[in-house]
Formats: sequence, C-alpha cells, structure tokens
Amino acid sequence: MATRYFGQRIQRNEDPRLLTGQALFVDDVMLPRLAHIAFVRSPHAHALIHRIDTKSALKREGVIAIFTAEDLGDYWQPAPIVVPPPPIQDMTFNKRTQPPLAKGKARFVGEPIAVIVAESRYIAEDAIRDMQIEYELLSPVLDIEHALDANQPLIHDDLPDNLGAHVVQRKGDYDRAAQSADLIIKRRFDYDRGTAAAIENRGIVASWDTRDQRLTIWDTTQAPVPIRNGLAKLLGLGENQVRVIAPFIGGGFGPKVMMFYQEELIVPWVAMHLGRPVKWIEDRAENFVGTSHERGQVHESEIALTADGKIIGVKDTFIHDCGAYIPYGLTLPLNTQCTLLGCYDVQHYTTEFEAVFTNKTLVAPYRGAGRQHGVFVMERLLDIAAKELGIDRAEIRRRNLIPPDAFPYHNEIIYQDFAPLVYDSGNYEPSLDKALEMIDYQDFIENIQPQLKAEGRYVGIGIATYVEGTGIGPYEGARVQVMGNGKVSVVTGIGTQGQGHFTSFAQIVADQLGVEVCDVSITTGDTNLFYWGAGTFASRGAVVAGNAINEAAKDVRQKILKLAAEKLHVTEDELELTQGVVHLKHNPNIFIALGDLATQANPLRGAVKPGTEPGLEATNYFGPERGATANGVHAAIVEVDPDTFDVHILRYVVVHDCGNVINPLILDGQIHGGTAQGIGNAFYEKLVYDDQGHLLSISLLDYLLPNAMNIPHIEIGHEVTPSPLNPLGIKGAGEAGAIPVGPVFAQAVEDALSEFGVEIREIPLSPSRLWELVQQAQGKV
Amino acid sequence: MIQITVIVNGITHTLQVEPRLLLSDFLRQDLGLTGTHVGCEHGVCGSCTILFDGDAVRACLMFAVQANGHEITTVESLTTDMERLHPIQRAFRETHALQCGFCTSGILMTLIPFLEKNPDPTEADIRQALTGNLCRCTGYQHIVAAVQRAAQLQQKP
Ligand code: FES
Ligand code: FES
Repeated sequence: MATRYFGQRIQRNEDPRLLTGQALFVDDVMLPRLAHIAFVRSPHAHALIHRIDTKSALKREGVIAIFTAEDLGDYWQPAPIVVPPPPIQDMTFNKRTQPPLAKGKARFVGEPIAVIVAESRYIAEDAIRDMQIEYELLSPVLDIEHALDANQPLIHDDLPDNLGAHVVQRKGDYDRAAQSADLIIKRRFDYDRGTAAAIENRGIVASWDTRDQRLTIWDTTQAPVPIRNGLAKLLGLGENQVRVIAPFIGGGFGPKVMMFYQEELIVPWVAMHLGRPVKWIEDRAENFVGTSHERGQVHESEIALTADGKIIGVKDTFIHDCGAYIPYGLTLPLNTQCTLLGCYDVQHYTTEFEAVFTNKTLVAPYRGAGRQHGVFVMERLLDIAAKELGIDRAEIRRRNLIPPDAFPYHNEIIYQDFAPLVYDSGNYEPSLDKALEMIDYQDFIENIQPQLKAEGRYVGIGIATYVEGTGIGPYEGARVQVMGNGKVSVVTGIGTQGQGHFTSFAQIVADQLGVEVCDVSITTGDTNLFYWGAGTFASRGAVVAGNAINEAAKDVRQKILKLAAEKLHVTEDELELTQGVVHLKHNPNIFIALGDLATQANPLRGAVKPGTEPGLEATNYFGPERGATANGVHAAIVEVDPDTFDVHILRYVVVHDCGNVINPLILDGQIHGGTAQGIGNAFYEKLVYDDQGHLLSISLLDYLLPNAMNIPHIEIGHEVTPSPLNPLGIKGAGEAGAIPVGPVFAQAVEDALSEFGVEIREIPLSPSRLWELVQQAQGKV
Repeated sequence: MIQITVIVNGITHTLQVEPRLLLSDFLRQDLGLTGTHVGCEHGVCGSCTILFDGDAVRACLMFAVQANGHEITTVESLTTDMERLHPIQRAFRETHALQCGFCTSGILMTLIPFLEKNPDPTEADIRQALTGNLCRCTGYQHIVAAVQRAAQLQQKP
C-alpha cells in the first residue's frame, strides 16, 4: 500500500453535513400525512391498572386513535430478550422482559400504558390529560438490598420473589488461599444509578407503504439490523419488507442499543395499523424515565494480601439492580465480574451476584456497562490495603500487574461473549510509568502536596488502572465497491453515533485501494444496503466492522489488480494503486483510472469467463475469536474547597493502550468524552427518587450534566500493544475514558481530605455528600 | 391562529401559527430548518440556540408569535456550501470539535456573537461562554480548541 492514512489525524468526512445543519437526524424526517404520537405513561412505580377509559380523549379534535394493551391482540407479548444469558453452571435466570404496553399492572414510573395518535404532538399531549385510568397502588420495591426480603411485594407475580438472576463464578479457591493471608480487608461499596442523557433523545418514525407492502423505520438505534430482524418477525413480515434506517444519531452511549424499547414495538405497529406514517420523539422528561439507566450495585468485597502487598485473592458479592425487567440478560453484572480483577494477577477469585427486580426504569448498558463498578471495588480495595500496609498507592499496583510475558492471560470465569475470559495481549507497566511521569507523581507527593497543605489547601492525587474488554464478536460485515466515478462506496450494518466511522473506516479503505479518504463514502445503519450485523456496542465498531471493511477492501484490491493486469497485459505484481488509478510501477504514465476499470468490470455485451463476478465489489465478514483487551491508567490531582466541598480538578492524565490506532484525533475525542462522562458520574449526576419511586431529577436542571467549566483539560498519553486477534491489531476505545474515573476521583478527594480521615466507598459524590462524609468521619452525626 | 411575519436568514415569512407553537418547532416544522436541534425543551442544553436580532437565545423558550417582526438567524445561514465552510465551522472540523454533532448548531450560534464581541478570548472566557451549551460527546476540550482556532482564522484578513 502506497499511502498510509491509517494512524493519521485526519479531519472527518461527516463534519461538513453536521456543521451546516444538513445531516439527517430522526426528528428531521418529515413525511406527508405524518401523524404524531404521545405515550401515556404510568405515574406510579407499582400499581394495578383496573380500567382505562379513552372516550373523552378520543373526542378531542385532532386525536386520530388511541391504543392500549387490549387493542394489540396477539401482538401483545413481552419483548424478545436481547442477550440470552451465557451457559454458566448452576445459575438462575428469570427472564422477564417488557411488554409493548403495560397490561393489568405498571411496574415503574414512565412505563407506557397507552399510545395516543394525533394530528400534532401538541394535541396528542393535550389528550394525555383526558385519559381516565383507574389505578390501585401497590407498595413499590425500591431498595435493592431489601428486594429479596420475604415481606416485599412481588413485581412479577408468577415468580416466588424478586430475583432476576443469581450467578457464582470462581477462579482458584479463595477461601483456602485466604487462610495464608497477612491482611484481609472487607468493605462495602455503593455505585448508584446514572443515565446516559445523550443530547438527542430517542425517536422513531415509521411508514407503511400499503402498495409496496413495505415498512420503513427511522430509529435512533445503535443496532439497526437486529431491530429490522426482530420487528419483521414480530410483525409477521419478511426481512425484505422491513427497512430500518439509523441516520445520524445524536449520541448513543449504550442506551440506544437497548432493544426492544416499548416504543420500538408500538410505533411501527401503529403505522401499519393506521396506514399512516407516524412519528414519536421522546422528550427530555420521558428520556429520564423511559430510556434505560445503568450502574446501581452494592458490593460486599474482600481482598486477601501478603504483607508486601501481593494480592492472594478477591471475594466479591454484589446485588445488581435490573429495574423492572431484564431484557439485556446478564451483560452488565458479567462485565462487572470480568473487569474487577483489572490489570492485576489474581489467582483466587470468587464472585457472586444477585440481580434483583425493582420498580424502577430498566437497566441496560451505558458506556462502561458494568465495568466501572468492578474497577471501583478493586481500586478502592487496593487503596485501603496500601494504607494499611504502608505501601505507596502506585507501588502496590505495580507489584500486582500482570507481567507482559503472561499473555494470553486466563481469568477463567465466563465473560459476556459466553466464553472464558482471556486477555489477548497487554503490557501494563509502561502505561503506569507514563501516567506517573506525566502527572509528576513523586514530585507531587514529596514536594508539592506538603507545600500546598502547609498553605492550608486541600489537594490530593489519585491513580487507577483498568482493563476494558472490547471488540467482541460475533461478527460484522461490509461491502466495498469502486463506483463508475472512481469513488468508493462502503456499506456496513453497524450504526454510528458520532464515533467518526465515516472517516476511520474510510482511512482503512483508502490505504487498501490507493484513493483519498474523502473519496470513500461510508454508509452505516441502512438495512436495505447491508443486511447483516449485530450493532455498535462494547467498543466493537472499529475492531469488528473495521476489520470486516479491511477484508472486503483487500478483496476489491485483488479484483482491481487482476482485471488491470489483464487489460494492461502485465502481471499483478507490476502494478500499483495510487491516487485513484492503477498504474505500472515502472511507468506511472500507463494507468487505468479505477472508475474506468469499474465500468469495464461490468460489460454490457459479449461474454465473460465462467465464474466472473461483475464490478469491482466485494463483501466480507470478520468475527474475532474473542474480544481484545485494552488497558489504561488515569491519574488526577484535585483540590477540595473546605468551605463548599466543591472539587476542582487541577490536572487529569489518561494513558491508554488500545493497540494500533486508526485516527488519533478521533481517539482523543473518544477519551475526552468518556472521561467527561466519568466525571459527571462521579460528582455531578445523580438520579434522585422519592420513597414512592418517583424520579425527582427529571430535567437537566436537576440532573447535572457537566458543562465546559466542570471538565478540565485532559492530558493524554498513548502506549501501543497491538491485538493479535485481528489483522489491523486494534482494540476498542469507546468506553475507556469513562471506566476508572470514579476510583481516581474518590482516591484523590480522599487524599485531599486525609486529615479528616474520610474513606470514600461510593459514587456518585457531590459537595453535600462529601460534607456529610466528613461530618460522619469526625463523629458529628 | 395568529399571523406573524418573521425574517429568517434574510427571508421574510408570513405565516399563521398557533399561539402556543414553540419557536423551535416553528423553525423546524413550519420552515423546514431542521439544523436547529431540540435536546431538552426547557432551556438547559442549548442545542436550539439561534440568533434573535443578533443575540444568542434558546428557541425552545420562546413562542413563534414572540418572533413577530423580528429577525432570526439559524445555523443554515452560515453557509449552504459544504465546500466553503464558515471560519468557525472550519475550525470545528480541523480540531474535531464535534462527534455526534447534535449539539453543534447551537454551539456555533452561541459562538458567532461571542467571537464578534471577544475576537481574542482566553481559555477561561471560552469555557465560560460555553457553559450554556451541553455537549455529551466531546468533553469540551476540542471545542475550546476550535474557538481558539476560529479566533485565529477570523483575525486573518
Ligand atoms: S432544547 Fe432549547 S435549551 Fe435544550
Ligand atoms: S457532539 Fe454529541 S453532544 Fe456534542
């Protein structure tokens, strides 16, 4: 390959459309005769629904139709499960998924009960107030630690209790090994719920063409192909009759890969039922209750160590909050289990969880997807151990890192991709060293901190390591085609939500085919153009789809060389591809433009040799044998205001290793954004419920997304340990920024407040919560 | 229904609207200017920011009828030619200041008057100016860099 675009900081192909306001988002889809939908949602966390009276709502001018569960007939059934649980010995899994509309019982505030279709959204919302619904209130199950108590009401009446799942996994024999420990530390850790709050809310537009018998759906989904397949089946259609388009998406972060949302089941059904195109756009209040949440876990953890700080083993038992249903299987708690051990060589590990149902919004992946909680537990245990053993915090980490010659490293327990967890590659110590150096760790501890403390300032440092399992299977695919105008079209089945796929994928193709990056046009998320794929999640887009595109582009390159060799009467190895032409290596003046070659590859008359495929086009797939494990280190210096307990981040350093990097500019952006979400999660964002299960923080005034003054300048360092599991040697990076921020923040704040003796074992924090912790530590409350 | 006359991106529109129609919905639905985005409809996210007689305001916090007789500028006014971006748009592209791009129109419209009044802003000024616009993707760092770059580009004759 002549030019190397791979690895360059290239500006994005998609930006001009976005910057000029020309990019199509779901809410921008306008169709003739479009009707608008508003959902009637439960105002109660747990209630029987005795009667729904739609009469007066139907009388309102402009209301077209109203549907409740009863109107759906056979279409009413619990949604299919997204991710079935992996085969783990002796596990319990009580599959309970959300129905399209609640029937007989509402299980969380915001659960859809009826759908109102009207000439405008304004009218549809007016009609919500005309609805008469008779509820009988039940007491809600809100506290995950008591969800399994005998006296708790049942959320799903056909189950004996509120247990969603129970899993125990083991590596080695913790109980026996811990007997030889010099130190055992036991603590409880809380990691509370949060929400992704993409700036674009969800939305769906559906249009049924009665003449064509085809359904078109524009959906803010990260996984258009699975949505198409699932809806076709549920609606009794062939896959060829359903087209799902995920156009530009205003941020995904996980919740937009949840499926099937109730609205996703209903809106297309309404379009078919009425024979009219319909649109539903979620508003911000709906987003807070209707879009999946994440995080909610309570851990009881213990770590056994030798006197010199070597980890003997870890035992962790936790309760995981599922919300009212469990559509996403066990992905989140399994990620917690499988990320907890992190970069460390731990031979004995027992991990057990109970996933419990609560009367709250359902829980599905949000950037990090269960990994944060594990990293928080492990990193905090190490901090506490370091203190007890009198070992430096960085040093205790260093002593336990998996050595570079131990890869592939086996953690034995079952991961979210159904296979035993194996880290493919890694070299952890250089990342740690680089982070320590970038943040001037020694100098800060030895000189700067004592000096600032002497000045009466409360400053502290935190450092944490993590791994991120990325790029899991099963597979993605792509079709690459050189078009008659010499430009290259690439189509793939994943969705895109701002990750720069239109550029990073174009770089891969540009290298293979010797064209400019701007001449490669990528289409994602249109199921009519590419049929196969699983979607964008688990930091897998670049790894899995990127490699599929690379394979397809290689095939096209072969076709180009073969045909050009025939046309120019030379051998393939005499040819070179650059600047959109294929030419003789020794004489660039003899060439064929790729566009002309593409036209010649599709003859209109004459005969071709048997087996000849038309065009310069190829489709290929890539499925890694297992995920690629990225790693990194975050470090921060913070200052706490002793009067207000506001925390100011003075420095933030990220050192990251995600193997070979396609576009470092885009990678930096991913890290900045992830870290900002981590900071929000650690200190600003909190979902507050009252004792009846009403979410109180349902506006952006109450749920604080960090703004430009809350996020510091983030300094980034890179290490490169390529993955051996894919030809491009890449690992995913989408979630890394968000994963270790909680423990870094907690550790740094704890260090800053060391004279108060606070031990931080929870996320999120806030100024008022820090004040409370200080009061508690001082025995004042 | 009430008749209003509004100048949007230099074009005069006279339309009948419901008194309760939000200005953001008017621009997007009645005029088809979908570059103005809606992220919260309660005045916090800033995605719907437009210029109202030259000042950056939130279109979701106004009714269309309040725009009667006023001049509105939306992101579509910056350029219609993707090959010749406005200097602020160019700066955003060069520095990778957008990811999903949903917040971007509002941020651009906030920055137009900001950079007019502050042609050479400090990082602190820029961060302060951006506090009314939420971006969930970028962590703001590249946006800050974009504003610095835009200031440079605009100072060049
Ligand atoms: S939509 Fe207007 S400020 Fe959020
Ligand atoms: S770029 Fe996605 S919200 Fe700002």
